[in-house]
Amino acid sequence: MTNDITELKRVSSQVRRDIVRMVHGCQSGHPGGSLGCTDFLVALYFSVMKHQPVPFDMDGKGQDLFFLSNGHISPVFYSVLAHSGYFDKAELGTFRKLNSRLQGHPTTHEGLPGVRIASGSLGQGLSVGIGAALAKKLNGDGALVYTLHGDGELQEGQIWEAMMFAAHNKVDNLIATVDYNGQQIDGPTSKVLSLGDLHAKWAAFGWDVLETKGNDMEALLATLTEAKSRTGQGKPVVILMHTEMGYGVDFMMGSHKWHGVAPNDAQLAQALAQLEETLGDY
Amino acid sequence: MKKYTYTDKKDTRSGFGAGLLEAGKQNDQVVALCADLVGSLKMQDFINAFPERFFQIGIAEANMMGIAAGLTIGGKIPFTGTFANFSTGRVYDQIRQSIAYSDKNVKICASHAGLTLGEDGATHQILEDLGMMKMLPGMTVINPCDYNQTKAATIAIAEHHGPVYLRFGRPVVPIFTDPDQKFEIGKAWMVNEGKDVSIFATGHLVWEAILAGEQLAEEGIDAEIINIHTIKPLDEEAILASVRKTGCVVTAEEHNRLGGLGDSVAQVLAKHYPAPQEYIAVNDSFGESGTPEQLMTKYGLDSKHIVIAAKNAIARKQK
Repeated sequence: MTNDITELKRVSSQVRRDIVRMVHGCQSGHPGGSLGCTDFLVALYFSVMKHQPVPFDMDGKGQDLFFLSNGHISPVFYSVLAHSGYFDKAELGTFRKLNSRLQGHPTTHEGLPGVRIASGSLGQGLSVGIGAALAKKLNGDGALVYTLHGDGELQEGQIWEAMMFAAHNKVDNLIATVDYNGQQIDGPTSKVLSLGDLHAKWAAFGWDVLETKGNDMEALLATLTEAKSRTGQGKPVVILMHTEMGYGVDFMMGSHKWHGVAPNDAQLAQALAQLEETLGDY
Repeated sequence: MKKYTYTDKKDTRSGFGAGLLEAGKQNDQVVALCADLVGSLKMQDFINAFPERFFQIGIAEANMMGIAAGLTIGGKIPFTGTFANFSTGRVYDQIRQSIAYSDKNVKICASHAGLTLGEDGATHQILEDLGMMKMLPGMTVINPCDYNQTKAATIAIAEHHGPVYLRFGRPVVPIFTDPDQKFEIGKAWMVNEGKDVSIFATGHLVWEAILAGEQLAEEGIDAEIINIHTIKPLDEEAILASVRKTGCVVTAEEHNRLGGLGDSVAQVLAKHYPAPQEYIAVNDSFGESGTPEQLMTKYGLDSKHIVIAAKNAIARKQK
């Protein structure tokens, strides 16, 4: 665990290389959101969360837990889990291939350490996170639960059921985060189905709302520290992270077009040229 | 025909409520969730005994399934409670992804199943739930027949690790099983041994099958009656042993003819021992408003129709 910004950025660079290589390797998957959430997941797993990769314990008693609700950004999740020590990074090369534990969307079904719930069908992870947070309270476990959601995912109604429940029941050991990149498969969220004033909506539902720059490691660490300090005070906490889909690879940024498209050989080379190999490719 | 009598009638949902309280006493990891139907699901005794282990979710069944899945992470054994319709069709994807595919130890407890919900009508009378639930890999599906068996099943599923769908109902029905029974998941219960026709019944239809068996006995027909309280995993051994003896089958369930117990039995027979089979089930339609008794008669789910079906099955066997 480290608070060294330079070191965390080095991890992020390697994770981004993994993402584009994994998606290229199977010619499918979701690079855009994965690249945009890289800094957040690196901050969480390498600096913020108290967690124990080995031996992996599904119940995670005494550990902070993370639930990826927008399961399609599995490449970033798998890379961060591997570099955290949950499994060998060589396994990243099996992503989306037959007989792999690294399914297209995360699952517990194949026994991959680090994954505690299947996700992919959107809108379900906040409820799961609330359940895990309630179990921690019942167990007298003071650790925290984190969830990540896409902004487009907030169009799912179950999210709002969960938001209402968490505030009413003072689930204050929960920090939800939103990948607020303004993009979804069919285009900008503002055109597909406007989210309106997200900050005001979460606040109106009774949450303590923070905002941050989701691709700025220093800002992320500061906001996550602030969020942790606000837990245990009777309100669930949410962080709206302003990110850019495709962040770190210039031709994938500023558009929804790389939400679920794999790069070809030339595009892969172009992407890797922008991302330093810091921890060794898988 | 073995004689079955009853001195009391109760609803199977009350058996669930009693079983939940007992399961809660036996294991402090048992927790309960309800989507604004505490009274209907008979969960108040559990709430009174263990208020900190109960979660009122409000009218948000999808959220309830997700929270239940999350509670298992930390070792809890969650029992969700709402009507069968809202326990299955409304939340199929949540059950599929967050519970079944995620191998979570959640007990989905579903009341007011089938036509016997009565006057509320077809919006609430789910007849497809057994099919939906049995198709989910890893899901155990249980449909007990009376108060005592529902109570015993509720206690048993707390001790079983894995997702379970437990189906029960609203109306008061005869209590004819042993109050001290040990419920064995996946083990069919021999109600009456016979040689002329096998009647495989589940849920409320088990009592109707007993009434039918008595009628058939008066007419000289010796019916074997087996209570298939566990639809999945199905007790194939008991089914095949019975049909090898009798040579024909009636299946009886408060469910759509498509996808329920009858189809599960038919699949076993088609593979191992083809035999004439008659279905007592709703014939691929929705229900409607009415009293439970009126509906069960109108849709052919009573002892009279089982008698006819048994004779038809026997007639086909003799061709």
